[in-house]
Amino acid sequence: MRWIWIDKFIEFRSGESAVAVKNVTLAEEHLHDHFPGFPVMPETLCIEAMAQTAGILVGEAKNFEEKVILAKIKKAVFFDYVKPGDTIELHAKIDSITPEAAGTSGKIIRSDKLIAEIDLMFSHIDQNLAGKKFPKENFVFTGTLESLLRDVLLSSASSIKEGKEQH
Amino acid sequence: MVMSRDEVFEKVKDVLVDALSVDDDEIKPEATLMRDLGAESIDFLDIVFRLEKAFEIKVPREELFPAENILNSSELVSDGKLTEKGLAELRERLPHTDLTEFEKDPDVNKLADLFTVEAIVNFVDNKINAN
Repeated sequence: MRWIWIDKFIEFRSGESAVAVKNVTLAEEHLHDHFPGFPVMPETLCIEAMAQTAGILVGEAKNFEEKVILAKIKKAVFFDYVKPGDTIELHAKIDSITPEAAGTSGKIIRSDKLIAEIDLMFSHIDQNLAGKKFPKENFVFTGTLESLLRDVLLSSASSIKEGKEQH
Repeated sequence: MVMSRDEVFEKVKDVLVDALSVDDDEIKPEATLMRDLGAESIDFLDIVFRLEKAFEIKVPREELFPAENILNSSELVSDGKLTEKGLAELRERLPHTDLTEFEKDPDVNKLADLFTVEAIVNFVDNKINAN
């Protein structure tokens, strides 16, 4: 099972930008401890949500043929708490992409209010400089992503074609 | 875009401060990226992306940091040291770097020391002021 930390994409422009949505709920058990009586979404998990949004955007740009791994958090600045009941939008944009890696910039927005700015770098690990080998199977992109992208694909003329993520 | 060498240095400094989370005063021309500034492999790509944006230039990665390909060749490396051919290759690929010290003992472990702040400034200076 893959751990999916965003609920769906609402915009997807292949190779350029994407917007995903996450609904935050008090049913997420970690919020009971973070913090007792004052539940807020951990900022590390805000970064994870952005990493999934931007990571899928980067993966799709190469037809899900590369294994895309979060390699560096270039920037993570937070301006407000995310609380249960919030719907956050994760806006991700590809700034640079090469055969070896990609750089993205992103914003988390709740009802038009800027919550965080998160810039990331991803490595295409099969193209690593040390020449290390990884399993042939793409363990990053599995069929699980299909459901995340389904709605946005139905409603837009995105370039993703069915079955590409099966590589 | 015409810039003086000092202007290039200042801008490279900003790039490195942001990319490596180091202080301004750590960025000296002779500082090495890996040993002194703590850069890891992914940081090199980050630096390339940031240089491209800051100076509006294209930086083919192998032009600025070409050593990786050399390390994988048995013809160019022997017993952990660069061969004559390896050194010739390195000189060709790093025209902006002073290799005099390195040539005395071309240990591959010291390759990382070649990537200095000054080497980046030389590279960028050459790139923008040659066009």
